[in-house]
Amino acid sequence: MTVGVIMLVHTAFDRAEQIARHWANQDCPVAIHVDSAVAQPDFDRLQRALDDLPNVTMFQKFRCEWGTWGLVAAGQMAGQILLDRYPDLGHVLLSSGSCLPLRPVSEFRDYLSKHPTTDFIESASVEDVPWTMGGLHKERFTLYFPFSWKQQRWIFDRAVQLQRRLGIKRKTPSDLVLHLGSQWWCLTAKTLSNILHDDQRAGYDRYFSKTWIPDESYFQTLVRKHSKTIESRSLTLSKFDFQGKPHIFYDDHLPLLRRSDCFIARKIWPAADRLYREFLAPPSEFTRRSDPMPQKIDRVFEKAVVRRTRGRPGLRMQSRFPIRGRENGVTSDKYYVFQGFDSVITNFDQWLTSATGLSPHGHLFHPDRVEFQGQQKVFAGGLSDNVKIRDYASEDFLINLIWNTRGQHQAFKFGPEDQQHVTELMARDQNAHISVISGAWAVDLLNSDQDFSTIRAKAALLQKTERAFLDRLRHPDTRATYRIWSLAEFTSAPLDCLRIILDENAKMPSRPVLESPKLADLSQLGAFLQKLKNDGMHPYLMGDFPLNDLPRRRYVNPPRSASGQR
Amino acid sequence: MNPVKAYQLRLRRKRFLLRAWRKRKQLLGLSDKTKSIAPDDILLFSTVRNERVRLPFFLKYYRDMGINHFIIVDNESDDGTPDFLADQSDVSVWSAKGSYKRSRFGVDWLLWLQKKYAHGHWTLVVDADEFLVYPFCDTRPIQALTDWLDASSIRSFGTLVLDMYPKGTVGQTAYQPDQSPFEILQWFDTGNYTISKNSLYGNLWIQGGPRARVFFSDEPALAPALNKIPLVKWNRRYAYASSTHMLLPRGLNLVYDQWGGEKTSGCLLHAKFLDDFIDKAAEELERKEHYAASREYQGYAENLQKPPEIWCDQSEKYANWRQLEVLGLMSKGNWA
Repeated sequence: MTVGVIMLVHTAFDRAEQIARHWANQDCPVAIHVDSAVAQPDFDRLQRALDDLPNVTMFQKFRCEWGTWGLVAAGQMAGQILLDRYPDLGHVLLSSGSCLPLRPVSEFRDYLSKHPTTDFIESASVEDVPWTMGGLHKERFTLYFPFSWKQQRWIFDRAVQLQRRLGIKRKTPSDLVLHLGSQWWCLTAKTLSNILHDDQRAGYDRYFSKTWIPDESYFQTLVRKHSKTIESRSLTLSKFDFQGKPHIFYDDHLPLLRRSDCFIARKIWPAADRLYREFLAPPSEFTRRSDPMPQKIDRVFEKAVVRRTRGRPGLRMQSRFPIRGRENGVTSDKYYVFQGFDSVITNFDQWLTSATGLSPHGHLFHPDRVEFQGQQKVFAGGLSDNVKIRDYASEDFLINLIWNTRGQHQAFKFGPEDQQHVTELMARDQNAHISVISGAWAVDLLNSDQDFSTIRAKAALLQKTERAFLDRLRHPDTRATYRIWSLAEFTSAPLDCLRIILDENAKMPSRPVLESPKLADLSQLGAFLQKLKNDGMHPYLMGDFPLNDLPRRRYVNPPRSASGQR
Repeated sequence: MNPVKAYQLRLRRKRFLLRAWRKRKQLLGLSDKTKSIAPDDILLFSTVRNERVRLPFFLKYYRDMGINHFIIVDNESDDGTPDFLADQSDVSVWSAKGSYKRSRFGVDWLLWLQKKYAHGHWTLVVDADEFLVYPFCDTRPIQALTDWLDASSIRSFGTLVLDMYPKGTVGQTAYQPDQSPFEILQWFDTGNYTISKNSLYGNLWIQGGPRARVFFSDEPALAPALNKIPLVKWNRRYAYASSTHMLLPRGLNLVYDQWGGEKTSGCLLHAKFLDDFIDKAAEELERKEHYAASREYQGYAENLQKPPEIWCDQSEKYANWRQLEVLGLMSKGNWA
């Protein structure tokens, strides 16, 4: 019992010759179909090259364009030739000129002789799989496809549209259940013969010849009618990319292909000299008995599909520039933004570090400087502390900062006195964790020694700016996690608020709080706010502060034992 | 895109091609070996001026990559560059008399030669100090990439210009002919690039890197563009619109994905900051033959009284393309 090999060839004839010789030399008869589009001299040259091999048959008859019936017809005819000439064949393998046997022919033959009645063909019911191509699924079988998808895409699409509008619905032959699968099969000679000699064949051929990509459905469907034992998988390793185009194997895939234990792989890059050399070399003594394990190499190609379709979140580069809303993550990692905390808590940096391990930046968007942690001049990735460079593209600055430090969460301080260009980006970024004590800027103004009219103008501006930011955060589009307390709310129970921040950000590395927050002295704030009110500037973001704020004083510098308690 | 704008761009493309046709008179063939170009050959086009020292490694680098033929325009070199090139069996050389600036920085000359010799070929247009790095370039020749691009119906391949610099001051170590410039220029900036989109041409505009950080901190908007599309399956109707930053027809500029995915892309390692940088900058400043009245070189000149140090403690040492891919400076995309 041996295996016959059908080869469909349209290019890279040197490689086709090499492969045909490999099979033929080891007593596997080969039938080669050459695409009718191939020039006669090329055909002749290949024929001459294979002249010395009596068990190779070559013919050139059909136009084998992708997606067309020619591929099936060529396979049928080549199969018939093999069956007629070699009546004792066990199996017949359908392969292409860019298929490469990965394991010795003897192992392949042994494997098949252990499964003498099994048909290896991927065959899945059309009803149950979502394999669409070019936006078409079941319509591949219910419309007519007179035009080439590759060469005449425009008219192909128009023809589909027109038929949809006309409600054209071809009938599937009633005794068939449509199945789909990889076009590279290995059938028993008996099943192949039954398919080719089916008394309904003329009708089936007529039907399938007008479907689209029949080479993925003809044998896959008919085998369900004629086979007793179907093993629904292909012995040919073939990986497809996100557009249904086969991945190509190169020399550097050698270890991967070896590990797969598959019998045959496609497509091989014709210039992959090393692959051809290694896999067509005479087999060593050592033989493997293991079954094919294509999943070993699936991961590599699945990753390629994810990279091409979803990309790396938070990355912008020369080949990835998502339109708004399609970023799949505006930034690459979580970060924490604190607004107002440094005004209210005098030792906020130390407290945050002791509570969470995060070492925060200062005000990264300060109008006069970029306050990287430790006053670094250049931060991760080469980010400059130059204000002009930052402001030239401040959204990029933030995206880059987060990308450059992925894996370590960043924290920085923000406020209405800072550049506000990044607020929109932060608001729609689900990685942003923003905590705001609204109106906390009043504490800074309270301690300012500028004259009152300047302070008043500044207060009005800061309030307006902060209000705009808060409104943006409260907008339904916001994807950032945010929490807003008014200054009054916060100062009435600061530890509770801080506890909430630590708890909400479950991933924030939490430690026992060693340092207690030191609150700024707010005893004069009520009076200060009243003074602003009296001058006609109405401060409201900080909540209500009575002129006399004695009751709140006990929350200043709470004893350590009270942390976490009310 | 609205039809008026589309038509304007069409006219602009025709005008570029017409310019190239007019400028052909400035070209003088020194060594024409283009008869030996085979149909599937990959061609490299470049305009050079006084690059005798860099060329040996440049040619070797691209020969090893699989470039089959070099077509080079020499713009008034006086260091023996044309003779050196004419001696090479796979290099065709033209000399160009005339203004580099008025030939749109060499683009017009190259465009004419591309129109004549590159139709239907994959072409790589790079400067003598630009070295292409693409995914798997250490194991696959450039034919593997172009075959794959062909199979995927992709006509152009985008890159980021990655400025490479030495540790210590620029020019401290002398560059020897035949030496890889990246033995000296081992360092680069990993993550300070800014991107925006040119809505007319549809290309991305990338700035940043060490040049913005060190030389253009006062006017970052003037920092040089780092986006280039050097590898194109050429058609005689195509035209580079501004250096190799963008092309017409504008579909060729879509080397990036807008739906979240990553297309396959590479980097051009830029060996600008060798020991001849300071002399070149001074000379170019005088010639005013570079982009926007040599504004880039003015940017350098202010710092060039003493040799600059570009290196900082956030600089990254170059290892290989995989490192660049992990850093997000290039992508394997769908190519596995």
